[in-house]
Amino acid sequence: MFRKTLMAAAAVFALGNAAEAATEITWWHAMDGALGGVVDQIAADFNASQSEYHLVAVNKGGYEDTMTAGIAAFRAKNQPNIIQIFDAGAATIINAKGAVKPVQDLLEANNVNFDINDYIPGVRYFYADSDGKMIGMPFNSSTPLLYYNKEALAKAGVDVPKTWQEFEAAAPKLKEAGYTALAQSHSPWIFFENFMSRHNLQMATGNNGYDSTDVEILYNNDALKDHWQHVKDWKDAGYYGYFGRAWGANQDAFVQQNVAMWIGSSGSFGGLRKSTQFDFGTSTLPYWENVGDAPKSTFIGGAALFAFSGHDSAEDAGVAEFFKFLTKPETQYYWHKETGYVPITNAAYDLAKKDGYYNESPDAEVGIQQLSEEGAEWTKGYRLGFYVQIREVIYREVDKILNGEETVDAAFATIEEEANGLLKRFNDTYSN
Amino acid sequence: MKRVQFEHSAVPYLFVAPQILIISIFFLWPAAQALYQSFLLEDAFGMSSQFVWFRNFEDVLSSSSWSRSAIFTVVFSVLVSVLSIAISLFLAVRADEVIRGAKSYKTLLMWGYAIAPPVAGLLGNMLFNPLMGDLYFAFNSFGFEFNHIENANDAAFVVILIAVWKQVSVNFIFFLSGLQGIPKSVQEAATLDCKSPERRFWTITFPLLAPTTFFLLVINLTYAFFETFGIIDVSTKGAPGGSTATLVYKVYVDGFLGADMGGSAAQSVLLMIMVSILTVFQFRFIERKVHY
Repeated sequence: MFRKTLMAAAAVFALGNAAEAATEITWWHAMDGALGGVVDQIAADFNASQSEYHLVAVNKGGYEDTMTAGIAAFRAKNQPNIIQIFDAGAATIINAKGAVKPVQDLLEANNVNFDINDYIPGVRYFYADSDGKMIGMPFNSSTPLLYYNKEALAKAGVDVPKTWQEFEAAAPKLKEAGYTALAQSHSPWIFFENFMSRHNLQMATGNNGYDSTDVEILYNNDALKDHWQHVKDWKDAGYYGYFGRAWGANQDAFVQQNVAMWIGSSGSFGGLRKSTQFDFGTSTLPYWENVGDAPKSTFIGGAALFAFSGHDSAEDAGVAEFFKFLTKPETQYYWHKETGYVPITNAAYDLAKKDGYYNESPDAEVGIQQLSEEGAEWTKGYRLGFYVQIREVIYREVDKILNGEETVDAAFATIEEEANGLLKRFNDTYSN
Repeated sequence: MKRVQFEHSAVPYLFVAPQILIISIFFLWPAAQALYQSFLLEDAFGMSSQFVWFRNFEDVLSSSSWSRSAIFTVVFSVLVSVLSIAISLFLAVRADEVIRGAKSYKTLLMWGYAIAPPVAGLLGNMLFNPLMGDLYFAFNSFGFEFNHIENANDAAFVVILIAVWKQVSVNFIFFLSGLQGIPKSVQEAATLDCKSPERRFWTITFPLLAPTTFFLLVINLTYAFFETFGIIDVSTKGAPGGSTATLVYKVYVDGFLGADMGGSAAQSVLLMIMVSILTVFQFRFIERKVHY
C-alpha cells in the first residue's frame, strides 16, 4: 500500500515537473472543421515527439478573423508565438517592419538547417522578401483545381475540358443532360489572380509588388476582360452557376449534383471525399489557348506561418523546433494526405510518390503537378497592400457584371481605379 | 432637533459616479481614440504612424461605395424602423384585445426577442438559400423571379425582412405595456363618445402611446444603424455589388478585415456625426409632438 502511494506520488511529481519544465508556445490558426482536426493532430504529434516545448494550437476563426485577432493581440503586447496569415494579408504583416522575425533568420539562429531550394518551386518565394529571404513559413499551400462529377460528364458524353475553348464545346451538352456546367467559389482568387499566373500575365507593376509598395494594378487588360465577358455570356446561357460569394454555397451546388464541375481549392479535396455521394475527379485549372503563353503554373494560395517578434529566445527556439518538425517529410505527407494541401518540400513530395499514394489516388497529385508546371516570369506570386479590400472591390464589381448592372468595361475601370487608390493609401501608410 | 439632510456636495456625485465611469470607459475613451486614429495613417501592427489631417475623411467621402452605403443605410434604417414599429403596434393592439389565452399569445410574440442577430441572419440565409431555401422556392413558385444573390432589391428585401422580424418582438413588449398603462376609465369614456374603434384608436389610444412610440423610434433607428451588422454579415455580406452594405458593415470590412485603421476610424467618426445629427433632429422636431 505504502509503495503504491509512493509510486503514484512520484508519477504525479514527475508529470507536474515535466509540464512545468516545458516551454509553452502558442499557435493561432485559421483552420476549422476537418482541417482543424488535422492541425490538432499535428500539434499533439509535435508535443509527443519531444518534451522541451508544449505547443498549443488555437483556432481563431477564418483567415481574416485570425489576422485581426493577431493584430489586436500584437497591439496589446499579448501576441502568440506563431500566427497563420493568408496570401492576401501577407503584405500587411511583412511590410509592418519589425512585427515578425523572418523565418529564415529564426531557423538559422537556432541551428536548424535551412535551404530555400528544399521547398518546391511554387512556394519558395511567395512569402519571401525582394532579396529572396523567406519571411513566412509556407504552411497550407493550395492551388485552384477543377473538380468534376464523373457520372455527369459521362452522361453528357464529354471529356474533362483542359481549356476554356473545350469548356465552351462541352457546356451545352452538360446543360442538355440536366446540369449547370460550372461554378467556382472564389472569383478574385480563381478568376483574377490565378488567371494572370496561368496565362503568365503581369498582375501589378514593381515586379508584381515584390519590389516596392509604390505600385499599380494591371487587371484592366483585354485578356481578363474578355474572360469575364465570356463568364457573363455563360451565365446568361445557363452554363455558369453563381450561388453567392460564400465559398460553401458554390461547393454545395457541386456536392448536390446541381453543377457538373466546380473550381475550388486543392485543399477542398479531403473534405469533398467525405461529403460527396458520387465519384469525382480533379483536373487542372482551364486556360484560354492563344492567350498570353498559357498554360503556366498557378500561384500558390493558402497561408503561411509567421513568428511574431517580442518573445524570449527560449520560446523562439521552440518555434524553430516546431517549424523543423512541420517541414519534415513525414509531417508534410500526413498533412497532404489528410487535407489535399500540397506538400511544400521536394522531399515530402518524393515520399508521397515513393509510398505509392498517387497510384491509389491519382487525383490527389493534380494540385502539386499544376504547381510544378513550367514557371515563368509572372507565376512567382504577388505582394500587394490592402489586397483584402481589393478583393472586396472585385467581389463587388463582378456581382455587377453578372447581374447586368454594369458592363465589363465599366466594372474593370472601377476595379482599376479603386485598387490603385487602395495601393496608394497602403504605400503612404507603410513606406515611411 | 437634528435636521435630516444630506450634504449637498459629495453624495449625488457618488450616485452618478458608476454610470459616468462606465460611459467614460466604454464610450468616451474609445470615441476619443477613434477620433485620434481618424487623423492618422498607421500600419496595422502599430509600428509606424503619421498625422495626416483630413486625408482619411477625404478618401472616404470621395469613394462611390461609401456614398452608396450611406444612402442604403438611411433607406434601410427608415424602412426597418417604420415597418417594425407599425407591425408590432398592430400586433400589440390585437393581442391586447384577446381575452382567452392572452398569456400564450403574448409569450409567443415575445419569443423572437431571445434570438441573437447573427442567428436571425443564419435562419434567413437558410430560408433564402437558392439550393434548399423554402422561402426562395415559395417566392419563385408564385411567379416572382426572386433572386437575392443577383438582384439588389431582392437582397435588400431579405435583410430588411430579417431585421424587422427580429425587432418586432422587442417593440411588441413595449407597446403592450404601453397599452396596458392606458387607464380603463379613459377608454370607457371614449367608447361612450365614439362608436368607431378605428377613430378611437387614432384620437385616444395612439396619442397616449406617443411617448412609447417616440422612444421606440429612437431605439429602432439605433438598432437599424448598428445592431443589424450581424444579420448582414451572416446573410448577404453586403452583396450583390455592395448594395446591402450598411455603414457599420463597411467599417468592419475596412477596419477589421482589411486592417485599414485610419480609414475605418474616419468612417466611424462620420457615422457618429450622422447619428448625433439624427438624434438631435428627433428630439428637437419629433419629440415636440409628443405629450407625456
